[in-house]
Amino acid sequence: MEGPSVEELLAKAEQDEVEKLQRITVHKELELEFDLGNLLASDRNAPTALRQAGPAPEAELRALARDNTQLLVNQLWQLPTERVEEAVVARLPEPTTRLPREKPLPKPRPLTRWQQFARLKGIRPKKKTSLVWDEVSGQWRRRWGYKRARDDTKEWLIEVPDGADPLQDQFAKRVQAKKERVAKNELNRLRNLARAHRTQLPSAAGMRPAGHQTKEELRRAVQVAKLSTASAGRFQERLPKERAPRGSGRKRKFQPLFGDFAAERKSQLELLRVLNSKKPKLDVTRATNKQMREEDQEEAARRRRMGQKGKRKGGPPSQGGKRKGRLGGQTQSRPPGAGSRRKGGQHRAGGRRK
Amino acid sequence: MDALDRVVKPKTKRAKRFLEKREPKLSENIKNAMLIKGGNANATVTQVLKDVYALKKPYGVLYKKKNITRPFEDQTSLEFFSKKSDCSLFMFGSHNKKRPNNLVIGRMYDYHVLDMIELGIEKFVSLKDIKNSKCPEGTKPLLIFAGDDFDMTEDYRRLKSLLIDFFRGPTVANIRLAGLEYVLHFTALNGKVYFRSYKLLLKKSGCRTPRIELEEMGPSLDLVLRRTHLASDDLYKLSMKMPKALKPKKKKNMSQDTFGTTYGRIHMQKQDLSKLQTRKMKGLKKRPAERLTEDQEKKSKRIKNN
Repeated sequence: MEGPSVEELLAKAEQDEVEKLQRITVHKELELEFDLGNLLASDRNAPTALRQAGPAPEAELRALARDNTQLLVNQLWQLPTERVEEAVVARLPEPTTRLPREKPLPKPRPLTRWQQFARLKGIRPKKKTSLVWDEVSGQWRRRWGYKRARDDTKEWLIEVPDGADPLQDQFAKRVQAKKERVAKNELNRLRNLARAHRTQLPSAAGMRPAGHQTKEELRRAVQVAKLSTASAGRFQERLPKERAPRGSGRKRKFQPLFGDFAAERKSQLELLRVLNSKKPKLDVTRATNKQMREEDQEEAARRRRMGQKGKRKGGPPSQGGKRKGRLGGQTQSRPPGAGSRRKGGQHRAGGRRK
Repeated sequence: MDALDRVVKPKTKRAKRFLEKREPKLSENIKNAMLIKGGNANATVTQVLKDVYALKKPYGVLYKKKNITRPFEDQTSLEFFSKKSDCSLFMFGSHNKKRPNNLVIGRMYDYHVLDMIELGIEKFVSLKDIKNSKCPEGTKPLLIFAGDDFDMTEDYRRLKSLLIDFFRGPTVANIRLAGLEYVLHFTALNGKVYFRSYKLLLKKSGCRTPRIELEEMGPSLDLVLRRTHLASDDLYKLSMKMPKALKPKKKKNMSQDTFGTTYGRIHMQKQDLSKLQTRKMKGLKKRPAERLTEDQEKKSKRIKNN
């Protein structure tokens, strides 16, 4: 008997393969689109079989689902696998479907003053140990924080230095110095924050004690200090001869309840007339005052800019800064009476005052 | 903005961790979903929300009380909830005569509503109505979308994207092949969307890849598309923006030939070949007498040239 020829063997092997794969092959007109990172498959074929089915196409849906799932599983089983603790694990690729984020992209923070300086000088942070040996307690303690190694506020014996006042409390002095350091640190942090957000800190110009301040400036400083409490100054008593601050508080003025009946009637009728009229009312006084205020502000800004430019060419920059602060303060604290002293026309309607 | 960059810094480590979890990051957290009942939610809608919560556990929050809001008119209430619970996906169920068995599914960007799609539930079979064993909670489902309608209109495209976002679960690098438990199948046909979920049974086939058999397991819904509130194109584009750091970097200077050998190019500086380090042959070394005569020759040549 002749041995089987090579072609016959090959044909038989192919047939065996096809039979084996018969159980898992699915025929589709259009190939599915796979996104294996999301375990997702999209079938673009028109669902003709489903359209022919009746109102409850459960069996057809299940058949379609089975076919699609078989194709997706075939793809997943092609992925490279590895063995992790007795389980066969497939490595998934990156998901390709682009989905919207839930939060905006993080914005890069501008460098703080120290970081800028360190970058300029090429200073890099030195790697330090987290624990330090503390001789006093005889144990390893952390470098900073709670129960740290060298805490000078916790010493039980402090020698009075040579040149110091013998009656001064050295312990209190150390605690005070620490408080000042903490406050300075916090101020710098807030300044860095303000710089990062390009906002200005509320300026403390003129609030720090210098030997030569006028009565007005001191009065202003006292007022601001009074307002800087937790309740915004509501429970601070006033000194016996201290003047009430001007320009503070809400301005409200009410007419007396039973007063001039004729005037009241006139004002009510005027109000009704204004409400019913179609034309908008123009208050000439307010319009002219607004215009004048805008012009003054523009003038001040221009003068400030010229001043800065002139000063930048010659002279130290700090003078320009101080000048800016002063001008800014002046434009804001102009007395309110000055603006409204000019009245355009006698157009005052309905008892409304500026 | 870092947790430490606020004006009032967090005083405890726990508070700091809480804030850091919620701030915007390069690669984001898994999206949480909040499931809210409207003022007049009926039994069907409540059961739908409960079933979806079971599918989305532990990345979901189910609110028990009814909230009287209308998502399509006023979105502030939804945005407030989203900010408080840090959820960017939501599902709102309600029922009234004009819109019976109503379900609003939507997502947020930066705690503001990005997309909202209103679906009507025509037929609903709950998890507890189908009596068989269910898969453990927290498994990642297989998602399949069938029907060419999903690419026809913008509404359907956004609906597909929204459903993928809602149901996909955490993004993992590896997955246990035996742990693929269930599949969610969405079919778009004649204006309706059929949502079915089946449990996966892996049967023996002749080769390594198993044959799949399906068993109906979970909630099945017949949905009808009602109103939509989609984000404008530029807002959508803004929300899709990917950070540069996450873009795949192209590897330069590497090429492969047909045999699989990798080639690359090395760039060298100019070399002085006379000063090259070679093997020293002791026999060829110059003797002191010869070196002297060579120097004298060089000197005479130099004088002659000058």
